[in-house]
Amino acid sequence: MESIKSEKKEKNNETHTHIISVLVLNNPGVLQRIAGLFTRRGYNISSITVGSTESPNLARMTIVVKGNDKILEQVVKQLNKLIEVIKVSDLSVNKCVKRELCLIKIHAPNESSKSQIIQYTNVFRGKIVDLSQESLTVEITGNSDKINAFVDLVRNFGIKEMARTGLTALMRGPKILKSKKS
Amino acid sequence: MKGAEAVIKALEYEKVDVIFGYPGGALLPFYDALYDSDLIHILTRHEQGAAHAADGYARASGKVGVCVATSGPGATNLVTGVATAHADSSPIVAITGQVPTKLIGNDAFQEIDALGLFMPIVKHNFQLRSAKEIPETIRSAFNIAKTGRPGPVHIDLPKDVQEEELDLDKYPIPAKVELPGYKPTKMGHPKQIKLASSHISKAERPVIIAGGGVNIANATSELMQLAELYSIPVCTTLMGKGSFPEDHPLALGMVGMHGTKPANYAVSESDLLIAIGCRFSDRITGDINSFASHAKIIHIDIDPAEIGKNVRVDVPIVGDAKLILNNIVSHLIKMNMNNNNANREWIEYLQSLKKSCTPKMDYSDVPIKPQRIVKGLMNVIRELNIEKRSIITTDVGQNQMWMAHYFKTHFPRSFLSSGGLGTMGFGFPSAIGAKIAKPDFKVISITGDGGFMMNIQELGTIADYNIPVVICLFDNRTLGMVYQWQNIFYGKRQCSVNFGETPDFVKVAEGYGINALRITNPEEIEECLKEALLSDKPYLLDFAIDPSEALSMVPPGGKLKNIIDPITEHPNEKVICFDEIKRRFLEKDSNKNEDTLSEELSESEKDEGIKV
Repeated sequence: MESIKSEKKEKNNETHTHIISVLVLNNPGVLQRIAGLFTRRGYNISSITVGSTESPNLARMTIVVKGNDKILEQVVKQLNKLIEVIKVSDLSVNKCVKRELCLIKIHAPNESSKSQIIQYTNVFRGKIVDLSQESLTVEITGNSDKINAFVDLVRNFGIKEMARTGLTALMRGPKILKSKKS
Repeated sequence: MKGAEAVIKALEYEKVDVIFGYPGGALLPFYDALYDSDLIHILTRHEQGAAHAADGYARASGKVGVCVATSGPGATNLVTGVATAHADSSPIVAITGQVPTKLIGNDAFQEIDALGLFMPIVKHNFQLRSAKEIPETIRSAFNIAKTGRPGPVHIDLPKDVQEEELDLDKYPIPAKVELPGYKPTKMGHPKQIKLASSHISKAERPVIIAGGGVNIANATSELMQLAELYSIPVCTTLMGKGSFPEDHPLALGMVGMHGTKPANYAVSESDLLIAIGCRFSDRITGDINSFASHAKIIHIDIDPAEIGKNVRVDVPIVGDAKLILNNIVSHLIKMNMNNNNANREWIEYLQSLKKSCTPKMDYSDVPIKPQRIVKGLMNVIRELNIEKRSIITTDVGQNQMWMAHYFKTHFPRSFLSSGGLGTMGFGFPSAIGAKIAKPDFKVISITGDGGFMMNIQELGTIADYNIPVVICLFDNRTLGMVYQWQNIFYGKRQCSVNFGETPDFVKVAEGYGINALRITNPEEIEECLKEALLSDKPYLLDFAIDPSEALSMVPPGGKLKNIIDPITEHPNEKVICFDEIKRRFLEKDSNKNEDTLSEELSESEKDEGIKV
């Protein structure tokens, strides 16, 4: 018991990034309810994505939170208390597939910069989705590290505009987030 | 059938017998349907009164209290009452009218985003968009309010939904509702129960903190069993008052900022802390690092989020307190776990501590000491033999802490107080709800002059319905708790705590046709209380108490053993009157005019002119 306690104490102070997947009833106001909970309790959301699921009355939120174990435990417990929350899972403890989509408009006034950006985009398996005299827009998908790397790479050309969706994620393997709350 | 009638039908299905409310434009169809119903509607004088009354009804009875208010300002006026119920896990259903759905979002007359407004202060809320949602939603609302950790549920009811035709045969009130995201845990984990039992059997300095959850779960007899089985001393939180009879040899009184010395010492020195249905608020723990620092902590709570939120916990047990305590007791008995009086020394130590700080109550001072009133109240309750049939509600502030500290409570749901939110103005209207819930009980509303004036308009309610609530006003013309803190922590700089000499509360009561007495002599206390309690009419007792009286306390965030004495000093704040305000403002204006006229007025002269 003692050893567990001290171990827990050590863990508590380290800040980690967690990906929390939340299955919610697709009711009006549910996003406000979740977002309000984070604001009220002082938890920081790094990113949040919301979208439909396999079932029309359910929505999935993928929330990226930074915090220590104690905060994360509270986030999960407080989310679980909400009536419209069906299931909460901390994906970072499981193996999961993470993806983020990024649209990035890059300054490219001449052929050489254009061709260079196209080359980079190919390496990162991105797509050129729009092209103009002065710029081109790249769509790039992957985990956040990959997108960060690409953004760093093209920063010198001049990033005119960028939109990132934030992370969305699913567990690997046949496991699904469906079961009722314990 | 119209939607509004379906709402009434659904409320009747939930066995609602009384609604506290206040009508308005967006609720006209609802009130029209109420006309044909047997439901009793108590018209309060302010929506806040309705919310507190519903809350008092819920706390006294354990049933769900219902309050209604119209859209916009009606809804905002409910907010304080609903938040109060939320902080103390009291089951109420609050229904607000709303502008017709097609107008929602248009900033219509008396429109407010009630759904968003109530969201952070309720267990759950709903906005109905069509009448066919009514039966299931109201069933769900009551189910959510009263199960698991109880709490308020809010339903926003647009006017057109109330008027929409609904075929109840097609959309019947469901016998059972399925909420896929709501499954409160009731049974404690057997492994944790075993572990807790083993800790209890080995403890040498155990102590129980009984919180409001014990009262809510009706777990008082189980608590008694556990305490007596191993002679474990019991202290309570404010909300836990009544969960353990306070004249019991094992009772230590309230713990925390305004706790008793034995309770605070017991928790600080314990080697095992059994916390049941309490959430370790800052008013209980003080400095979190020194709180029960030598103890293993067993935390029993129905809300998993409360466990580990504020203090580290060694044995978490999620579930219903009654079932869990029952399981622990039967496990201890079955395993014949005997601790061979390992805690005898501990009990003796606490008993001697208890003896050494028995509070003095028998003052004959004029102005009256509050302790003397509390003593008188206990005497009268004993004499009239109404211990089992009386309910005390308190307001917030000194009156509340005096009652918590000095008044011995014996039964659950007999001491109602706003603990979590600390809502001044709660005491009096909640007494109205308690009296309606328990008509054969004597209900005594203890309040200070500040809190009483926050909902003084409800005198109209008790007068009109002839609700025999006895109001005991601890009248010191001072915001006592603020004054006490200013004295201790802000160098006696009293600011905005003096209420002056008005009103004459006896005359105010008489204006409503309510019997009232002003009591200045401590020898009259018992006699007046008896008269008021036996009159079976609303009654106001205005006790002129000593404004310098204050209670010892632990400074916020301090160690629980660091109990400091109050500074008892007569309030001396000067109140400025309007004439003085007017004089200063006019002077300011004339100085400004002079400024523009003559540039030569120097800076220093200007300052002097404004100060005075």
